[in-house]
Amino acid sequence: MSLIDVRDLARTFVVRKRTQGHPPWRSRTRAEVRAVHDLTFSIDAGEMVGYIGPNGAGKSTTIKMLTGILVPTAGVLRVAGLDPSRQRTDLARRIGVVFGQRTSLWWDLPLRDSFELLQRIYRVDPVRHRRTLAEYVELLDLGDLLDTPVRQLSLGQRMRGDITAALLHDPEILYLDEPTIGLDVVSKGRLREFLRTLNAERGTTLMLTTHDLQDIEALCDRVIVIDRGTAVFDGPLAGLHQREDSRRTLVVDLVDEAPPIEVEGAETRRVDGPRQWLSFPAGQSAAPIVAAVAASYAVADLSIQEPDIEEVIREIYAGP
Amino acid sequence: MLYPAVAVRSFRRYSTYRAATLAGIFTNSVFGLIYSYAYIQLWRAAPHAGGYDTRDAITYVWLAQSLVMTVAMWSGGTTDDLNERIRTGDVSVDLYRPVPLLWWYYAGDLGRATYHFCTRGLAPSLIGLVLFDIRGPASATAAAGFVVSIFLAVSVSFAVRFLVAATAFWVLDSSGVRLMSSVLSMALSGLTLPLNLVPGVAGTVVRALPWASYVQVPIDVYLGKHRGTDLLAALGLQALWAVVLLAGCALVLDRATRKVVVQGG
Amino acid sequence: MGEALAAYVAISRLWIRSSLEYPVSFAMMTVGSVLSTGIDFVGIWVMFSHLTTYGGFDLREMGFLYGTSQLAIGFADLVVGNVERIGMQIRLGRLDTMMTKPVPLIVQICADQFALRRVARIVQGSAVLAWAAWGVDWTPARIAVLVLMLTSGAAIFVGLFVSFSCVQFWTSDASELGNAFTYGGASLLEYPLTVFPRRVALGLTFVLPIAFANWYPSLYILGRHDTSGLPHWLELASPVAAGVTVVVTAAVWRLGVRHYTSTGS
Repeated sequence: MSLIDVRDLARTFVVRKRTQGHPPWRSRTRAEVRAVHDLTFSIDAGEMVGYIGPNGAGKSTTIKMLTGILVPTAGVLRVAGLDPSRQRTDLARRIGVVFGQRTSLWWDLPLRDSFELLQRIYRVDPVRHRRTLAEYVELLDLGDLLDTPVRQLSLGQRMRGDITAALLHDPEILYLDEPTIGLDVVSKGRLREFLRTLNAERGTTLMLTTHDLQDIEALCDRVIVIDRGTAVFDGPLAGLHQREDSRRTLVVDLVDEAPPIEVEGAETRRVDGPRQWLSFPAGQSAAPIVAAVAASYAVADLSIQEPDIEEVIREIYAGP
Repeated sequence: MLYPAVAVRSFRRYSTYRAATLAGIFTNSVFGLIYSYAYIQLWRAAPHAGGYDTRDAITYVWLAQSLVMTVAMWSGGTTDDLNERIRTGDVSVDLYRPVPLLWWYYAGDLGRATYHFCTRGLAPSLIGLVLFDIRGPASATAAAGFVVSIFLAVSVSFAVRFLVAATAFWVLDSSGVRLMSSVLSMALSGLTLPLNLVPGVAGTVVRALPWASYVQVPIDVYLGKHRGTDLLAALGLQALWAVVLLAGCALVLDRATRKVVVQGG
Repeated sequence: MGEALAAYVAISRLWIRSSLEYPVSFAMMTVGSVLSTGIDFVGIWVMFSHLTTYGGFDLREMGFLYGTSQLAIGFADLVVGNVERIGMQIRLGRLDTMMTKPVPLIVQICADQFALRRVARIVQGSAVLAWAAWGVDWTPARIAVLVLMLTSGAAIFVGLFVSFSCVQFWTSDASELGNAFTYGGASLLEYPLTVFPRRVALGLTFVLPIAFANWYPSLYILGRHDTSGLPHWLELASPVAAGVTVVVTAAVWRLGVRHYTSTGS
């Protein structure tokens, strides 16, 4: 049996909006929003799954249902054999959740106190707790931060604290909702490394929602793409790239204006004064293209744009 | 034209808290009911206590409830904003502005007080009128004096609250000071019990203190307990406190500004 | 149940430790709270300089009512007082993060930011009650009723706090509404129930059973009977009222949580 089993899951919201130009007592329009519908997938223990989609696609709604915060309007949902909304506290012991935008730590207390509290709440054996905590403190470099109140931590520091908090009780499943948002490049890399190791060594099942395609590339064997409430793609990561031409963009700032650059392996898509946008396949290294451009043109500056998740999905929808 | 504009804007801002206002009126009315019956019982045993008769006493209750929010006895005034801005350090921006901070907050508080008077002030009084047939103002002079007295009451209250908020410039955690201030306000304003009931020397003392201006004095003016020169004396005492305390605020603010400018907050 | 209690203790202990890190500030806040919550009794005491009995009760008997009322609401305020902020927690999105932890929601909401200084109300209430108890003719039966009264009273007020706060699951604006019933109820209970119209007494007996928190059992202990003609067995019915309140409260809470998880935030 799968660890996470979702079948024909649906969640509809009733949205009441006040309409302009009507008196307050008559002004409610009632609309039904299908945040999630006909959603079906299963995840086995040990998988690392990326759950991606544009804003408003239903990602957070799905995570909320999986963690028992929201009750589905239809469908069957079982996590570790439990019904999340009905058996919330039982399930809570076996999962960890990291919200990118909110912290699950206690805001005014020092980090150390939050961890101590969590040990008691999750009833973790004190010896094991000490060992686990020491491990994570070292891995995530939290040593100097333990006595700092959470509200004084930077976003990256808080994120590392949140991850530790979510893993202290050794959960079977770790949900991460936009975990790398707002982090600098170095921190993102270290976080990804950490999660990969976690999955490899402890077999923790990972379900990650993100806008950052590089998170997916680095972490996920499997990707579920959700758009407008339902899954439009569910398969290995490689399949995502193969389905359409995932492309990256090299933005070149030439010293002077020039006609569209012609270089092997890339297609010039747009020209605006001295700036040109060159598109090339995502799987390919940018290095040879950069070298080729620099060899033939006077370049003032360059940068590389990663493929936008919205674009990827749009391409999926647009068909092969 | 600046300060009236500040006051109007403040009025409008506080008027958006509609649901909270309604809930507040409900709370005020419930307390009005409780104290009304409690006082009826008291005046049954002591029919002229404090120089009031039963109907005076009940009027007192409802007017006091009406004034609580207008005077912003312990919180709910613009000084809450000041407190917050001092705490976060944003106030240093205010101090560099060409507009005197004190008058800015004062005008804002008057605007707010006007809103609260019109809603949480009038509403409980109307309820008191319907349920208990409370007295109207004793005379036209009393009515006029009442309005003046409320203006002075708000001024005194504002000044006290301003001073309390200003302690945050020097003290890391001013919540202790604020609590003490609210204790004094509750005890000495006449809210929990008319100060005229306090016997002897203690009574004379509490009636001379600034907090008496919040509730006791305006209501006594309304009920016509102060007539002629006595009325002028009562309003005069309020005005004196207002002037003295506002001057104190200006002094404190000056010190604080120097501290902020020199120390950088 | 035991787990929930253990979690409550674990969480609140941390906050207690945190507040004791600033002992001066904590002491000041607690003393301030003792004063602010004790003002009502000062008012009652002043009242007695104008009469010798109030509704047939002497000062000591009034102290008995006062003390028991304060203990009931004091305990509830200390233990579940934070439930009043549930609306704010929802707005800040904290409820979701709480629900990912294996601790009942109510425990997390009430234990978070546990304010030890709220014990102040219990302290001053106990002091007045101890003084008042001196004048009581104690028998084993009366002591038993006292114990039952204190526990039932606390349970009733816990129920009131939680039930009225549940409104905030539906609308975040009316958080003050509960105050009228909780703090209003406690204020009302400082006076003999017979001071109020019969309708009020009936309402507080059979609709909102607040009167069982101290009035009815106190009659038994003080050796009096309700002069409004209500049956005498009510004097021993506190535990029943408490039980009913707890059951209803649990249901209302569950309803509130289900509403939250069914509509999202």
